[in-house]
Amino acid sequence: MSDYFSIFLSSANFRWVITGSLLLGFACGLIGTFVLLKKQSLISDAMAHAALPGVGIGFLFFNEKNLPVLLLGATLTSLLGTYLIQVIIKHSKLDTDAAIGVIISVFFGVGIVLLTFIQQHATGNHAGLKEFIFGQAASLVNRDVQLITVSAIVLVLITMVCFKEFKIAIFDPHFAKGLGIPVSLLNGVLMLLIVGIVVIGIQMVGVVLIAALLITPPLSARYWTDELPIMAGLSGVLGALSGAIGTWFSATIPNLPTGPMIVLVISAIFLISLLFGSKHGIVMKVVQTS
Amino acid sequence: MNALEITNIKVNYHKQTVLKNVSFNVPEGSLTGIVGPNGAGKSTLIKAVLELIPKRSGTVKVYDQALRQQKHLIGYVPQRSEVDWDFPTNARDVVLMGRYRKIGFFKRAKKRDIEIADQCLDKVGMLDFATRQISQLSGGQQQRVFLARALAQDASIYFMDEPFSGVDAATEKAIIHLMKEWKSEGKTVLVVHHDLQTVEEYFDRVLLLNKEPIQYGETQTVFTMDNLERTYGGKISFLERATVLT
Repeated sequence: MSDYFSIFLSSANFRWVITGSLLLGFACGLIGTFVLLKKQSLISDAMAHAALPGVGIGFLFFNEKNLPVLLLGATLTSLLGTYLIQVIIKHSKLDTDAAIGVIISVFFGVGIVLLTFIQQHATGNHAGLKEFIFGQAASLVNRDVQLITVSAIVLVLITMVCFKEFKIAIFDPHFAKGLGIPVSLLNGVLMLLIVGIVVIGIQMVGVVLIAALLITPPLSARYWTDELPIMAGLSGVLGALSGAIGTWFSATIPNLPTGPMIVLVISAIFLISLLFGSKHGIVMKVVQTS
Repeated sequence: MNALEITNIKVNYHKQTVLKNVSFNVPEGSLTGIVGPNGAGKSTLIKAVLELIPKRSGTVKVYDQALRQQKHLIGYVPQRSEVDWDFPTNARDVVLMGRYRKIGFFKRAKKRDIEIADQCLDKVGMLDFATRQISQLSGGQQQRVFLARALAQDASIYFMDEPFSGVDAATEKAIIHLMKEWKSEGKTVLVVHHDLQTVEEYFDRVLLLNKEPIQYGETQTVFTMDNLERTYGGKISFLERATVLT
C-alpha cells in the first residue's frame, strides 16, 4: 500500500491529476454558488445525468475513446435534456420537479443501456467508458487533464467577468431588466457554464455525483459568510479541497471510484459547516440565543 | 409636457387577457397613484410598461422617444416580496445595484459609487445599517433600502410597486418625503397603491384600473364614489366608503 502511494506521489501523471482536480473543484464551487442561489440545483443534476448517453453516442461514432468527441456528445445530450425540461414545463401539466425527474431517469437509462451495449458489442478499445458513471481520476491521461485544466480556467474567468451581472440578475431579475441588463442572456451563459463544468468533470467525478460537487461547496460556504464574494471564493476553495483530497484517496486505493470519494469529503466539510459555521452554524445559533 | 405616453397596452397571461385598452399620458412632475382591486393588473401594468414582462400590444414613449433609448431615465422600486432576502448581500451592495448602469457592465464599482450609495442610504436614514445582511432588516428597513437604490439610479421617472405595504410609520414618512422631493425636482412618480384612505393625501393624479382603465386624471375630479364603485364593481367595503366620502 505505501509502495503504491509513493509511486503515485512521484509520478508526473499523478501531480497533473491532482492539479486538474483542484481546478475542477474550484470551478465547480464558484459556478455552483450561482446555481445554488438561482435555485437550480436539481436542474444541474439533470444536466449531468443527461450527459451520459452523449458519451455513448460519441464513442459509437468513431468507435474509439476520443475524449473531445465523447465530451462533445455529452454536451449535446446535456443541452438537449435541459431543453426538453423547459418544453415539458411549458407544454404539459407537469411541474418543474416532475419534469426534471422524467429527464434524469430517461436520459440516465438510455446512457446505461448504450454503455452496456458498447461493452458487449463494440470492437474498439472501450475500456474506461463505465468510469463516466462514478468517475475515475486514475483513468485520466495527461492530455485529458490538460483539457480539463484549461477548460476549468476558462469557465472560472467567464464567471469572474460576469460576477456583478450574475448577482443582480439572480437577486432581482426585474430590476436588472429595468436597468437594461440582458438577464435572459446571462441565464443562458450560466446554463452553458453548468453544462461546461459538468461535461469536463464527468470523467473525474462521474455523472451521478458531479451535481454534489456543484451544490455542496456553496451550501457549506453559506454557513460561514453573508457576503457573496467571500461565499463564492470560499466555495471554490472548499470545492478544490474536496476535489483534490477525494482524488488523492481514490487514486491511491485501487478500484475506488473518485466521485463517491469526493462526495464523502465535501459532505464531511458540509457537516462541519452546518455545526460550526461562524455565521449560521447550529452551535453558533445556540451560543447566540443562550 | 408629457413624461410618459402610454398607448393601447394589452397583456395576456396563459392566453387570458389580464389587461387591455390601457392608454394614458402622464405629465412631467406629477404624482400618480394607480388604484384598483386585487387582481386588477396594477403591478402587471407597470411591469408591461417597463418591458419586464411581454405585452401583446401597445407602445410606451418616454419624453417622446421609445423606452429602449430612455432606460437611463427610469427608476424602479419592485415589490419587496419579489426578491429573496436571504441572498448573501448587505444593504450597501443592494443600493450599489442602482448604479450598475453607470458603473458599466462587467466593470467594478469605484470609490465614488460607494460614496453615492452611502449618501442615498443616509437620505433614507439607513446609513447605520450599510453593512447589515439584508435578511436582518425589518420590512420597513428593507423598503428603505429599495428606496435608496432607486435614489442611486438618479432617474427622472420613478415607478414604485406597493411601497407602502407592510411598512412602519417612519418608512411611510420617508417614502412620502421622497415623493415630494422628487416632485419638486420636476421628476415624475407612478405608484401602485391599495390604501384608498390616503390616495387624496398622497397623489395629485389617479389612475383607476380594473383590467382596463376606468378613469385617469386629477385626483379631485377622478377620485369620486361613483368612479370607485365602477372600479371595484360594488366590492368596496363599508369602511372604505365611509373614509372616502368624508
